[in-house]
Amino acid sequence: MVLRRLLTLFAAFTLPLAGTFASSTEEHHAPAEAVEGHAATAQEAEAEFNLNEMIMHHIADSHGWHILDWNGHAVSIPLPVILWTSNGLVVFSSAEFHHDIEGHHVVAAGGLQFVNKHEKIYYAGTEDKPIDLSITKNVLALLVGAVVLLLIFFSAARYYAKNTNAAPRGLAGFVEPLILFVRDDIARGAIPEKHLNRFVPYLLTLFFFIWVNNLLGLVPFFPGGANLTGNIAVTFVLAVFTLVITNVNGTKDYWMHIVWMPGVPTLLKPILALIELIGVFTKPFSLMIRLFANITAGHILVLSLVSLIFIFESVWISPGSIILTLFTSTLELLVAALQAYVFTMLTAMSFGAAVEEHHHDDHAHAEGHH
Amino acid sequence: MTGSIAAIGAGLAVIGVGLGIGRIGGQAMVAIARQPEATGKIQTAMLISAAFIEGVGLFGVVVSLLK
Repeated sequence: MVLRRLLTLFAAFTLPLAGTFASSTEEHHAPAEAVEGHAATAQEAEAEFNLNEMIMHHIADSHGWHILDWNGHAVSIPLPVILWTSNGLVVFSSAEFHHDIEGHHVVAAGGLQFVNKHEKIYYAGTEDKPIDLSITKNVLALLVGAVVLLLIFFSAARYYAKNTNAAPRGLAGFVEPLILFVRDDIARGAIPEKHLNRFVPYLLTLFFFIWVNNLLGLVPFFPGGANLTGNIAVTFVLAVFTLVITNVNGTKDYWMHIVWMPGVPTLLKPILALIELIGVFTKPFSLMIRLFANITAGHILVLSLVSLIFIFESVWISPGSIILTLFTSTLELLVAALQAYVFTMLTAMSFGAAVEEHHHDDHAHAEGHH
Repeated sequence: MTGSIAAIGAGLAVIGVGLGIGRIGGQAMVAIARQPEATGKIQTAMLISAAFIEGVGLFGVVVSLLK
């Protein structure tokens, strides 16, 4: 039963495969041609290909959404820069920086002057930063992800509202096995039945948010391609949600097992309390690092393999590079789902541990407890 | 040759992770061969522990990224 559901799930992942591949090879060709053509016309001007810089540029957040280079000119979508400065709110378009990230081009707005040093906005000529509330590439990607999720789930919900007792079809038929997978295979095994319905909506949100944004990150052209779930700020917030929900729902038993572990010698109890208290924070911390590192590593891997062509400066490398990229992309489709699953699973387990009620016979040896 | 010594550290971390995940995979195969009807449960446990170990390797990658 579980196996069949897992297979359904994997079949669902392979569905978008064909489309992604077709587009990923296309996309990887486009910059190659642009860079080569550019190098031929302006060989002196073109600096040596810098792998590190290129990869960091692709995985980092930015104030404009760079799509491609066309004849040496960057084609990008300017995004609004929103700053909370000493003069209050200042808003201008990131196009005013003219793609300068070295801090040379000074933009005057709201009676102040700003420069963009490696996608961090500074007051010109100083080391001080205003509070940056900009709609950056990642924020836009987040909004795109939210719209995709809302479209999918509102349309599924509309279907169920209209056809209460019919077998699910279309989009509803696609999401129902996934929702049942999250509820029955992830949540039900970890959370006691009594509390299950309280946590399932959050777990569903978490699973689909991470999964859809992982997949959008793998799409190599415009609305996708941002490294959203590989951004440590995003994973930090997700981990903080897990931390807060777990500890707010913690029962007396949960806290007792943290601060005064029953069933162990009294001398050990303070030491265990210290370890358990650290454990409260390390669990969400590892959730944060795991998602961030997995997704970022995947992006770096794909970019590095594509970059092999530019490192060896030979077209004969490209077949190998494309095959390796194809393989890695397939693996990343699996990782995208697996990381959503693992994050949701571990969050469910930590919710389960928080609300679990221990019976007396569980700790028959516990003196002074209960 | 230029490069960061952190890359060697990341490589060393990956050796440990490779051994760990290899062992999990191998043991899961043995377990499934012995009890094919428990495949689903074994797979779930296998994926979770593999994710834990993979996390350790990725800590190495993150450290070498920060250098």
